[in-house]
Amino acid sequence: MMIALLLLPLAGGLVSGVVPWRRGIGWLGTAIASGVLVTGVVLAVDIVHGKPMSALGGVLRADALSAFMVIVIGVIATLSTWQGVRYLGAEIAAGRCTRRHAALYSVLVQAFVATMLLAVLAANLGVLWVAIEATTVVTTFLVGHRRTRSSLEASWKYIVICSVGIAIAFLGTVLVYLASLHVGHGPHPLDWTSLVAQSHQLNPGVMRLAFALIVIGYGTKVGLVPMHSWLPDAHSQAPAPVSALMSGVLLTVAFYAIMRFKVIADGALGPTFPRTLLVIVGLLSLLVAASLLLTQRDYKRMLAYHSVEHMGLIALGAAAGSPLAIAAVLLHILGHGLAKGVLFLASGEILLTEGTSEIERVPALLSRRPVLGGIFGFGLFALLGFPPFSLFVSELNMLRAEFQVGLGWAAAVSLVCMAVIFAAVMTHGRHLLLGPRGTDAPTMTPALVAVPLIGGLVGCVFIGVSAWPLESLLHAAARIVAP
Amino acid sequence: MSVSTYTSVLGLAAAAVLLCAVVTLWRRSLAAIVRTLAVQGAALACVAMVIGLHEHNDGLIVVGLLVLGAKAVVVPLLIGRVVHRDPNSRETDPLVNVPASLVAAGALTFLAFAATRSVTSLVPTTAGRLIPFGLAAMLVGFFALVTRRKAVSQIVGILLVDNGVALVAFLATAGVPLLVELGASLDVLLVVIVLRVLAIQMRSHLGSFDLDQLTELHD
Repeated sequence: MMIALLLLPLAGGLVSGVVPWRRGIGWLGTAIASGVLVTGVVLAVDIVHGKPMSALGGVLRADALSAFMVIVIGVIATLSTWQGVRYLGAEIAAGRCTRRHAALYSVLVQAFVATMLLAVLAANLGVLWVAIEATTVVTTFLVGHRRTRSSLEASWKYIVICSVGIAIAFLGTVLVYLASLHVGHGPHPLDWTSLVAQSHQLNPGVMRLAFALIVIGYGTKVGLVPMHSWLPDAHSQAPAPVSALMSGVLLTVAFYAIMRFKVIADGALGPTFPRTLLVIVGLLSLLVAASLLLTQRDYKRMLAYHSVEHMGLIALGAAAGSPLAIAAVLLHILGHGLAKGVLFLASGEILLTEGTSEIERVPALLSRRPVLGGIFGFGLFALLGFPPFSLFVSELNMLRAEFQVGLGWAAAVSLVCMAVIFAAVMTHGRHLLLGPRGTDAPTMTPALVAVPLIGGLVGCVFIGVSAWPLESLLHAAARIVAP
Repeated sequence: MSVSTYTSVLGLAAAAVLLCAVVTLWRRSLAAIVRTLAVQGAALACVAMVIGLHEHNDGLIVVGLLVLGAKAVVVPLLIGRVVHRDPNSRETDPLVNVPASLVAAGALTFLAFAATRSVTSLVPTTAGRLIPFGLAAMLVGFFALVTRRKAVSQIVGILLVDNGVALVAFLATAGVPLLVELGASLDVLLVVIVLRVLAIQMRSHLGSFDLDQLTELHD
């Protein structure tokens, strides 16, 4: 089943590379993404009722945590590829993009999904590294897809900073390998399960250095301070469907890697050192996001900095590390993916119809485009953690868990940052959405655009209100990170 | 190979990797910088093959040949093609001047020795004692990356970081498992190709490789 999961997007990529681009190829991409989602759900059901599976001679392995991430990837990819059809159609109609260029886009998006799936299904930490590095390679051209001067600048910054970050993560991986060789040859070097089994024997000095390198290295791809500076540029310059995928899932796939290493580091070093490190990067990310959100003039950059904030919150939650905290972190990963995905897709639609991404020049959206404005407004509410959206539940539980393990001071600092961000985003959002209506009659947004976005928001409410479909999966996954 | 030859050849090759990194800070001509990178790739391949011969590890010798092909030939050729379109391109105005850069490289080498103490104590072999050279090469690469302003010098900076990490991997663990090594090499090759395409696009947009002209995105 795992091999099928990887073959799906690869086959999709192949077809979109061979057949000249037309709308049908775009919809094929959506079908494949929803196929990934369905397969992910089946995989999750199997694993929750059984035990972890492995395939391809032990190279691939899926436990509850992997299955959960597959579902997150499937959900956001479905939303993103759906909107991708409209993006490419509009670009071709405007003459900014040739059919060949559109085909390249479709191939790269499918390859992007495939590399993320490989990352979460890898049994071996080296393969995990290769997959995450590959996501950088395939997304660089997607960031620069509009071929403007600023998107070129963004993609250059993106690949340079992320390649360096990922090289640091490789050094961390090599050090973990060194520590495990010192304990004795396991049957599979760098295999996550055997590393966890022998984690208490690993040399603490080496593991301390290794985990610090891992947090900085993979933290670059997560968008954690101090290596976050590529994120606002790349996420604001990329086409909206790509921003949705990058912000909604790619960041958290990189965080998934940190969580895998955290289990090993916890075993080797005890909880204090990993916790301290994650609290530091988490709080720094929150502080930077709060101070820079205040002055944003561009709504896509605003959303990008909001991702830095949420990654900081997730790092703090993971620092707390109790089963409650990890379950909340995972719920937050899905909720943030949905809300941020919807918002980036809506921002792409705003950019398409209004022609600018400056907040100042898009006033009174709610009265001029009620559906689109409504989606954007509710999306912001979701992201700011209003009930009944799931981010309210996950943020509340992360804070609760932080107080329980004695990180109350960090939780308090994060609350202050969240209050500042709340005020900043509300101010920007009010300017964007409210205001007097001009003389024109309100414009309706096409149903084909609105349906997936509203669906995403409804999904975000649903997982916030009802524990039913995810509860057992979340608990099983949380027990993997916090045994 | 006798133990003393092994020790001296390995030491020379590892030191050459670091020396090449420092030389890239010193040279201003981009063509010369790319040539230095090729020499560094060859030295890195030499490290892998010498360890492979010494430990009778055939896999590592194959990896060494692979590194020789990729990092001493293919990658420098790929970058060299970009430079040749503009033969007079020089790193004219780095953020930190050359003498200060060399002093910084010295300081970074000290830092590398201090930071790897816990690691070298775990690997009490000839190779293990040389690990700081790899970390130092990596740090020098970082320094090149943040202070040099030409697209080509930044590509070289990334590769210096990468070669430094690879040197640590060869010295500390005799390389990573083959599957990972292959994947990692392929990724690096792809990164270089992507960077090259971007550099060429940048030239056609801006008329030069100067990254100082990229100033549209800021807060």
